[in-house]
Amino acid sequence: MSASGAFATGVTPDAPAQPEHVEDTPPGAVDGLDTPRSPLRGLRGDFPTLARVQDGRPLTYLDSAATAQKPVAVIEEMNDFLRHSNASVHRGVYALAQESTERFEGARERIAAAYGGEPATTIFTHNATEAINLVAYAWGRENVGPGDEVLLTDMEHHSNIVPWQLLCEETGARLRWLSVSDDGELSLDELDAVLAEGRVKLVGVVHVSNVLGTINPVREIAARARAAGAACLVDGSQAAAQMPVDVGEIDADFYVWTGHKALGPTGVGVLHGRRPVLEGMRPFIAGGHMISSVQRERSTWNDLPWKFEAGTSAIADVVGLGAAIDYLSALGFGAVRDHERDLTAYALERLASVPDLALFGPLDPDRRGGVVSFAMEGIHPHDIAEICDRDAICVRAGHHCAQPLMRRLGVGATARASFHVYNEREDVDRLVEALGEARRVFGLG
Amino acid sequence: MDELYRDYILDHYKSPRNFGELDPHDLEWHDHNPLCGDELGVHVQVTDGRIADLRFHGQGCAISQAAASIASEELIGMEVEDVHQLPAQWVVDLLGIGISPTRRKCALLSLKVMRGATTGDGSWPEDPG
Ligand SMILES: Cc1ncc(COP(=O)(O)O)c(C=O)c1O
Repeated sequence: MSASGAFATGVTPDAPAQPEHVEDTPPGAVDGLDTPRSPLRGLRGDFPTLARVQDGRPLTYLDSAATAQKPVAVIEEMNDFLRHSNASVHRGVYALAQESTERFEGARERIAAAYGGEPATTIFTHNATEAINLVAYAWGRENVGPGDEVLLTDMEHHSNIVPWQLLCEETGARLRWLSVSDDGELSLDELDAVLAEGRVKLVGVVHVSNVLGTINPVREIAARARAAGAACLVDGSQAAAQMPVDVGEIDADFYVWTGHKALGPTGVGVLHGRRPVLEGMRPFIAGGHMISSVQRERSTWNDLPWKFEAGTSAIADVVGLGAAIDYLSALGFGAVRDHERDLTAYALERLASVPDLALFGPLDPDRRGGVVSFAMEGIHPHDIAEICDRDAICVRAGHHCAQPLMRRLGVGATARASFHVYNEREDVDRLVEALGEARRVFGLG
Repeated sequence: MDELYRDYILDHYKSPRNFGELDPHDLEWHDHNPLCGDELGVHVQVTDGRIADLRFHGQGCAISQAAASIASEELIGMEVEDVHQLPAQWVVDLLGIGISPTRRKCALLSLKVMRGATTGDGSWPEDPG
């Protein structure tokens, strides 16, 4: 992926991110890992919410897969935009509108560059869910018909299921599902077998599972889909937040993600599309901004990407997302990935030491992103989360908007810890301690 | 002692009363908590307008399971007609622990399911006024 440093506008993090090999073991930690700790340390101070103290305890935030905390750089950038540059973008001739347009489109350029895309094919939506709906409506209604198939996987988030169910209901197409193996992986052979039947019009697949953490071979999947005449949509909501992603290299027809998991504000999602596909599509939401000219009977569409950005955009939020991506780019997406891998490896090892705890997903940290789902014998995930909260530890409990996957795993819910750059191994230690406390409360240990 | 996970709550969670299936049954209902996916169903036998016997089944957290277990003991023998008059507070009082807003639906799921079985109205129980 290409660095976006050239576009950065003074919003690089103040925090130290010098690679230093720190191999000291924190008190109480069992550091059996032979890898050095991630060099990204001490970033917590960049995130104001993490200064919060709950009943005298510092916050241990382990729910970044749901939404990430925001660095000062993002908050300040949005604040600065709203205080100094706010105006509607694109149409104003006055200086203020030019400035707001430059900040808005500048963010688009830097975001596109950071993910290996082009500004014209980098479309802002309100979240990943809306981006998927855009594709299901604007592309799906034109390209999917009776007898066709939409192929999803058993590890999709509801966002990448329900829009396709509606599409199939309306068009008479059929949903098909790729299975998930016991170690949380997809099978390319199964993909090939379904594609070979020749009815699949679109393959929808999550890049990094928000439950299992599995990193799917999306480049390979997109290539096989294309070879079989099917389009491919990759849900990169988790991936774009924590690892290098080059949408040009993955070369899926559609790659979507959501800004709030990538340290940006809520209210912005991104759709990267292949240009010929986007050009051939009808608009999704219609109204202002997305037109070139409007007659009484018909209109013509604006150029990409604005053809798909009807109405006034979430301008300040896009500017904030630009700052978030600058922050991650300055750390280096590769380093962010190494950090996630380190915490995941550490968590997998420490959690395995908790009695009667089951881990879901691949056990090899190279094959998974920074999210670890687990269940404990005799303690429901809700109760785990409740007892963790007493120590100001935020973990999620529930179905994680992946009910078909829960059924596949044979559980109603899991507990889930997920990481971002501000987490350190000590956060995992605190979690493991709280799980021991949960066992004591439930009379299990 | 733990304020929420009291001994009797854990006891009902680990050894729920009136748990399982009941066949034949006169009334049944099944529901889930959409927030967390917890599931609960009930089978009810009715004799002369009274709840003669019932069984809950499903999966859920300590609070929802204990609430179902404790409520089941009170519900058996009750007039079917009286069930829909039971306010949300009835279960909360039965549980005898402080229920935070985030756990309220866990506590109320069993009453919701019972109301569904006895009246066909499976909406969330509320408190009058
Ligand atoms: C894998 C995955 N896809 C899609 C989404 C939906 O993101 P959003 O709610 O921002 O549209 C999420 C997050 O909840 C997710 O984890």
